[in-house]
Amino acid sequence: MRQAFVRTIEKLAEKDKRLVLLTADLGFTVFENFRRKFPDRFFNVGVAESNMVGMAAGMALSGLIPVAYSIATFASMRPFEFIRNDVCFQNANVKIVGVGGGLGYGSAGFSHTNYEDLSLLRPLPNLTILSPVDPVETEILTRLAIKHTGPVYLRLGKVGEPAIHLKKPKISLGKGLVFKPGKQIAVFSTGSITANVMKAVKILQTRRLDPTVIIMPTIKPLDKALIKKIAGTHPYIFSVEEHSIIGGLGSAIAEALSELNSKVNFKRIGINDSYYKTVGNQDFLRHRYGLMPDQIAVVVKQSSIV
Amino acid sequence: MKQNLQKLLKTANTLRQDVIKISYNGNIGHIGSALSIVDILTGLYFASARLYPRKPHHPNRDRIILSKGHACAALYSALYRKGFFPKSTLNTYHQNNTLLAGHPEIHIPGVDASSGSLGHGLSIASGMALAGKIQQKKYRCFAILSDGECDEGSVWEAALVAAHQKLTNLIAIIDYNKLQAFGRTNQVVNLEPFPQKWQSFGWRVKVIDGHNLSQIVTALNSCLSKNKPTAIICQTVLGKGVSFMENKLEWHYLNPTKDQFNQAIQELKASL
Repeated sequence: MRQAFVRTIEKLAEKDKRLVLLTADLGFTVFENFRRKFPDRFFNVGVAESNMVGMAAGMALSGLIPVAYSIATFASMRPFEFIRNDVCFQNANVKIVGVGGGLGYGSAGFSHTNYEDLSLLRPLPNLTILSPVDPVETEILTRLAIKHTGPVYLRLGKVGEPAIHLKKPKISLGKGLVFKPGKQIAVFSTGSITANVMKAVKILQTRRLDPTVIIMPTIKPLDKALIKKIAGTHPYIFSVEEHSIIGGLGSAIAEALSELNSKVNFKRIGINDSYYKTVGNQDFLRHRYGLMPDQIAVVVKQSSIV
Repeated sequence: MKQNLQKLLKTANTLRQDVIKISYNGNIGHIGSALSIVDILTGLYFASARLYPRKPHHPNRDRIILSKGHACAALYSALYRKGFFPKSTLNTYHQNNTLLAGHPEIHIPGVDASSGSLGHGLSIASGMALAGKIQQKKYRCFAILSDGECDEGSVWEAALVAAHQKLTNLIAIIDYNKLQAFGRTNQVVNLEPFPQKWQSFGWRVKVIDGHNLSQIVTALNSCLSKNKPTAIICQTVLGKGVSFMENKLEWHYLNPTKDQFNQAIQELKASL
């Protein structure tokens, strides 16, 4: 996803001179080409994320389109108040990019994992929150983020995310995507964990279940119309995300469903509300949190009486 | 210059009276902090900065960010006297449904960035200064900081980067009245040696009397260095201009009684 992002940013920077890239000292093997091509529009501002976001706001208020980049936890949580006061409240045209959203940096330890960013950022007015499933979607969402005038948070995975989209999908901001039609059961998913959702669906198909899969590239604004439509045709709804079950996509859908007065059965699948002392790689941690395909399939099967 | 100076002195006195009046009517404190920067704002808004009150978003305007937003009464008075908005707006300060909050916000004509949470303004001003360099614009960017604000780590993040990026169009003005919210700066968290700190971060530093308009205007008009951002450390007095408020911590917070209000206005009128 990182590479898809930087390739797209390079292409866009060729056409739009307002685009500038700020990084808080991250991007080794990622940004060298951008720096070579656009030395006057590349700024490594050092390991200082709050200042980076404040500067980006100042640049946006002066007519530029700054893209501020770091590991997702450092891009979202460390400078949170700067995102709130300087970017969102002032509706500054800043694009904040967090890499390794979720458990991508799992073995690096707790400090580098990131499953609270959506909970923190969702309440901020003016902010558009995007979360691509794969490199193809990353390119599309990066383009949409730059085209959109206003603050955007782009939550990327890290490296090696498998392709979900075999052809270029039609995606627009604020809209979900019925990726695989099915019946009775609907699974909403966002981010690279969607690969596991698709594998879980294959397992479920062997057990005569055929879930609909809905991809949510935009977390905010939430596609409530689509949720309503799905809730009208699917009695069992699930959300899957590499994020805390508190405050992320699942919470957003729960909020929407509860206001629909809907009678659907809804269950969130995500990172539970606890800390652990031991760590491991992304798949190890996904297993711990019940996010591997077989685990997702079991929960969906057990929670649906079809 | 002498005639201009007289005019500026009169403007500063008017701003002080405005600060007392609108704070009294709005029932809000932070008067001492506002009086502390009145002379700085007078020099900046009425003798140095290039501003376009009828076109507040003019691309060539100098940018001014009051990072110590709690002193906004002085800013609002300066903006009104400069013609950014009418007196009817000024009089809504700190009332319900006002644009003029207890800390300035970007929706107010003449305000370039919101503030209130300390330690943001220098970062935003740095971004504006860097954007000015990229776009080859000639505007200057001023950020007015309080001394207590310099406890915030983000101020020093910005100070490092601004020097590294050689933001010669960036000017930090520090209101060094040596009183912060809950005590004297040298007793809360000592900032000294303060000028040397900025120097060691790669800034050009000027230390001036922050109530001497001649020194203020000279410093502001000669603040562009060839390769460094500039810090103007202004030695100031909290509550300057009203005898019973000067250098008293409580006037960071208090709102005057009716008697105190009358006395303050009388003192200011007499000192003209």
